[in-house]
Amino acid sequence: MLRTVIIAALSLAAIGVGFWGYQEHKEKNAILINAENNYQRAFHELTFNVDRIHDQIGAALAMNSRESLSPALADVWRMTSQAQSEVGQLPLTLLPFNKTEEFLGNIGQFTYKTAVRDLEKEPLTDEEYNYLQKLHEQSADIQSELRKVQHMALENNLRWMDVELALATGEERTDNTIIDGFKTVEKKSEGFSESNVSMLPGNNSELDTNHLAKINAPAITEKQAVQKAKAYAQMKHVGEVKVTESGKGSDIPFYSVYVESKDGAGNVDITKKGGHILSYMNNRDVGKAKISLNEAGNKAAGFLKQQKMEGLVLHESTQYDNVGVFTFVGKKDAVFIYPDSVKVKVALDNGQILGIVANEYWRNHHDRKLAKPSLTEEEAEKRINPRVQVQEKNLAVVKNELNEEVLCYEFLGTLGKETYRILINANDGTEEQVERLRLSEPLYDRVV
Amino acid sequence: MDIYPKAKQAAVKAVFIVCLVSFGLPFLPEKPGAFSEQVIQIGAVGEDVIELQSRLQHIGYYNGEVDGVFGWGTYWAVRNFQEAFGMPIDGLVGEDTKNKLVRASKYERNTARSQGGGGGGGGGQSGGPSATAVPPGFSQNDIQLMANAVHGEARGEPYEGQVAVAAVILNRVESETFPNTVAGVIFEPRAFTAVADGQIWLTPNETSRKAVIDAINGWDPTGEALYYFNPDTATSPWIWTRPQIKRIGKHIFCK
Repeated sequence: MLRTVIIAALSLAAIGVGFWGYQEHKEKNAILINAENNYQRAFHELTFNVDRIHDQIGAALAMNSRESLSPALADVWRMTSQAQSEVGQLPLTLLPFNKTEEFLGNIGQFTYKTAVRDLEKEPLTDEEYNYLQKLHEQSADIQSELRKVQHMALENNLRWMDVELALATGEERTDNTIIDGFKTVEKKSEGFSESNVSMLPGNNSELDTNHLAKINAPAITEKQAVQKAKAYAQMKHVGEVKVTESGKGSDIPFYSVYVESKDGAGNVDITKKGGHILSYMNNRDVGKAKISLNEAGNKAAGFLKQQKMEGLVLHESTQYDNVGVFTFVGKKDAVFIYPDSVKVKVALDNGQILGIVANEYWRNHHDRKLAKPSLTEEEAEKRINPRVQVQEKNLAVVKNELNEEVLCYEFLGTLGKETYRILINANDGTEEQVERLRLSEPLYDRVV
Repeated sequence: MDIYPKAKQAAVKAVFIVCLVSFGLPFLPEKPGAFSEQVIQIGAVGEDVIELQSRLQHIGYYNGEVDGVFGWGTYWAVRNFQEAFGMPIDGLVGEDTKNKLVRASKYERNTARSQGGGGGGGGGQSGGPSATAVPPGFSQNDIQLMANAVHGEARGEPYEGQVAVAAVILNRVESETFPNTVAGVIFEPRAFTAVADGQIWLTPNETSRKAVIDAINGWDPTGEALYYFNPDTATSPWIWTRPQIKRIGKHIFCK
């Protein structure tokens, strides 16, 4: 009797467990299919978009009328950014695929620049036309490779979940068609990126304009770096000191000096050549704010003066909890030099300098010869939207989208309750930049 | 997360100031009401700014929210006020401006608070700024999302290592070869282990939020790195081929 009861109970339990297991299995499958479908969508959309990119570049090449060229280029730009976003949704991060992404990025950059330009006044140069032609050929290669992978994936019902698994476990199985296909695409793009760099017209690479890379001073020693760092951090009772050298991946070789003390631990990055301070960071807990933002700003200015970084004026100040962050920019003959910018962080409990970022400054700072603007201030102001109420105006040097320094009239104005910064090129009157200035945001859990 | 302790702090401060004012008033009738001695300038946050905004609003110079953050709207209001009252126009609220402002306007602490505190605020939260300073182009929620990622990825790391992880996320947003948004970079499949295993949803602490704000403000201890990995656990041989820049804590940062 007892035996039958036990058997009955156990078999009931077994059925129960079986049912539960089946439910779990079904749920897991549903989730897996869901994830797989997301990957599939991104993949098929990617191939479709690369197809369209190729077609549209071709259309732009064949077009004769300038007016319709801009929309075609804008369309290419839109599709490249979509394709890039789709690549970002595929589990390819561990697979080297960055050259292909770079290739898409190049197409996007070029088509954007040409699409927003007034092609009526400034048509495509022969150089640019050739470049576009080259992009057309290259995108054909990428397109056909991707279509091949897509065909095989559809033919053999290949799953992206398997790709993800293969990549995650590090098993580079040779029979994974998708992985191999993407590797082929990547190899192709690698070849393109080498031949394209020299061809891209008007592309100032970051390094060309980096003044830190041009310094020809002998490198400072580790000992000198430590001395500089200690003097810089102005810490008492220095404890442990550690120095790390930058590896060969760094464009500008630097020392990283870690200094410990009673006033918190700090890290100072110093370039080897010239011994310039790139950044300093001290992470101590900051107590209740006791000094005003204004006073802290004066301390920051005093500190910069002490460091012999002259010709800088306070440009922006912001308070985050108990620290103030101040942006200083260069000023020469009443012209603001925005590329020469330095940020200083000051503790509002005792006014200690908690950090500085000067890499922008050192990268851009040089003796500038400021040309006279060919437009007058009134002429420039006429080019502003008449609905904007101009409150402040001055001259400023800024970097434009092509990474070149240009002299602009800067207008700060209001439109409704918002404040905008409007930059008008002082030589040809183009609106280089319009930007909404915003300092704060309502606290969401207080806005009910 | 930091709002409650701050609100408490502010409340304590408010009580303190109210006591001070009620004691001080009979003796110093000429002193500007609750304004502290400090010079107030653009970017400041706090009680002084609430008073400044309410006073400017009262006499019609300021038409924005009384939110306790000295933003551009407040800045123009101050400048216009200074111009109208024949003072040097510098946008700084010093002693002179405060005195003129106090004489020209009325300020009722409690009414200003109910306005400033986001319509009275629920749960007894009254007073204190109802807005917060954010770096240009970022919302508190973006910062929160990044803080989540930093906390999940690098919570055992030194502070510098946390700033470094935030800086890598931002470098990727800037880079041509990665998605162009913070969320796109963070949720790129297989990009961050903390995202893959769900650790990103742990509640971040104040340190990771500070690290994110530092990174947004330009601190980049990595020297513009785009990748990092933990040499003890890295599975991909490819990552070792990247040119390395620097090691911070357990992570190696590379181009």
